[in-house]
Amino acid sequence: MIRVQNLIKVYGERRAVDGISFAIDEGEIVGFLGPNGAGKTTTLRILTCYMPATDGNATIGGYDVFTQSMQVRKIVGYLPESTPLDMHSRVREYLNFRGKIRGLDRTAREAAIRRVTELCWLGDFINRPINQLSKGMKQRVGLADALLHDPKVLILDEPTIGLDPTQIRETRNLIRELAKRHTVLLSSHILPEVEATCQRTIIIAAGKIVASGSPDELKERIRGGSRLIAEVSGPNSEIKQEIGKLDGVTGVEVHTDNGWHRLTIDTQRGRDPREDIFKLVKQRNWSLRELRLEVGSLEEFFVQITAQQMQEQRARKEVRA
Amino acid sequence: MIRNVLALTQRELQATFFSPVAYIVAAVFLVATGYLFMDGTLVPGGEASVRAMLQSMAWMMVFAVPLLTMRALSEEYATGTIESLMTAPVTDVEVVLGKFFGVLVFYVALLAATLVHVVLLFRYSAADFNVLAWGYLGMLLLGGLYVAVGLFASAMTRYQLLAALVGAGVLGAFTLLVDALAATQGGAWRNIFGYINILYRFEDFAKGMLDTRALVFFLSGTAFFLFLTVKVVESRRWR
Ligand SMILES: Nc1ncnc2c1ncn2[C@@H]1O[C@H](COP(=O)(O)OP(=O)(O)OP(=O)(O)O)[C@@H](O)[C@H]1O
Ligand SMILES: [Mg+2]
Repeated sequence: MIRVQNLIKVYGERRAVDGISFAIDEGEIVGFLGPNGAGKTTTLRILTCYMPATDGNATIGGYDVFTQSMQVRKIVGYLPESTPLDMHSRVREYLNFRGKIRGLDRTAREAAIRRVTELCWLGDFINRPINQLSKGMKQRVGLADALLHDPKVLILDEPTIGLDPTQIRETRNLIRELAKRHTVLLSSHILPEVEATCQRTIIIAAGKIVASGSPDELKERIRGGSRLIAEVSGPNSEIKQEIGKLDGVTGVEVHTDNGWHRLTIDTQRGRDPREDIFKLVKQRNWSLRELRLEVGSLEEFFVQITAQQMQEQRARKEVRA
Repeated sequence: MIRNVLALTQRELQATFFSPVAYIVAAVFLVATGYLFMDGTLVPGGEASVRAMLQSMAWMMVFAVPLLTMRALSEEYATGTIESLMTAPVTDVEVVLGKFFGVLVFYVALLAATLVHVVLLFRYSAADFNVLAWGYLGMLLLGGLYVAVGLFASAMTRYQLLAALVGAGVLGAFTLLVDALAATQGGAWRNIFGYINILYRFEDFAKGMLDTRALVFFLSGTAFFLFLTVKVVESRRWR
């Protein structure tokens, strides 16, 4: 449904989007995750025909976002990051105007407004002036606008920002519900949000894709480089040496506290030498009071890879300088 | 196309009526024309014609219209509504035309209000109907050109005040400045400055005649500035 090939966007000197490629199938719900300034909004703006890319191309529903912009706009519902709304009208008036420019006739508009009013809980303030609404209410009006023409593709830039916890949950449920009939691409910097709503996550940092996959796949990747924690008592130097020699162990770090040695053991990708460690301890007659595999959280992984990316970029800049 | 322009025109008109600036401009303009009318036209021995009034109105609009057009695009940039607008299935041309007609309708309403004076004039004196009809047509054409220039200025910046200044500056250049320049120059330059002077072209109408050259001047000038506005709106996305 959405196909992006080697997309590049340069603002003056800054490469905001630096060769991004991905594809999203019909009915998928995909999260676009990245720290501030990663290039999420820029990518979404290119996809929604707000600005042209510097290079590369993108299609939605088979239409090119640059050359067939009108067709793309018709099938896309977009919630921009700052939820800009017409401050001089009332909610219903605004939605009515938005329906008109989407080519809905009077009856279709009325039906559509009724539908989104219910979906986005606008009932309480549908007749109020927009400039009197709270941030969260405006967010819901923006979402209602994006859904008004029942678009095939929904592109939402940080859809739950500014909502209260109940509404965050309701909005996530709504998005999941919508994903049954629509293709959804949403951006966020909050990992649990993406984990909770999306089938697939694309993580970007500094304009590049650093990882992508389902939450489980991403977790799998983390497990690859995971660590073991063990607490053992016995002769310090011997413990460190012996465990370090075990198959699959790449490094051992020891902290001693009150006669117990707390070991942090790095392992090779995909290896789990816990059994060997236990056998060793038993054989040497040491004591063991803890032995576990530490699976990093997705959160940690996110911080780790994005930090890595930033570092690499800084290094490249220094080389160039 | 037409449906989108209509929807955009309606929205623009609503936004104009929502802003206090439009009311202030309207109030000042109506008070000023009323005063000029009482003072110049309706006194005994005064020229029993709308001509003088039309000419002062054309002159005042140099400053009034940019105040009406300044928010048209600048506000969309400043509040970010340009993003939801330009990602909806409307073309840049439709957006610019919608704004153009939106402000123009307000301008026409303002003109219509001055007709009160005209009614008085017909009651108390024998005014020339030709001057009236062609004069108001001229005011409409002039308004179109002014609004197009004002929109062009508004398309260039997110700061409304700057848009108003630039708009009034450009209009001032094509009216007051060329007038002053024509006075200092001779020969070909004088003719050129004379030709591009909006107020000179308007004078033909205020005399009660339809000059096709003036008609072409206003219509092509309006089209040209609307075209420039579309280009400016387009070019902003490339940055
Ligand atoms: N209009 C602009 N002109 C110049 N630079 C810009 C512009 N918009 C964004 N940038 C730059 O491009 C980079 C990417 O910005 P973008 O808004 O796409 O990030 P983001 O991932 O959406 O961040 P956030 O999570 O903060 O919303 C940033 O370095 C930003 O400074
Ligand atoms: Mg963003």
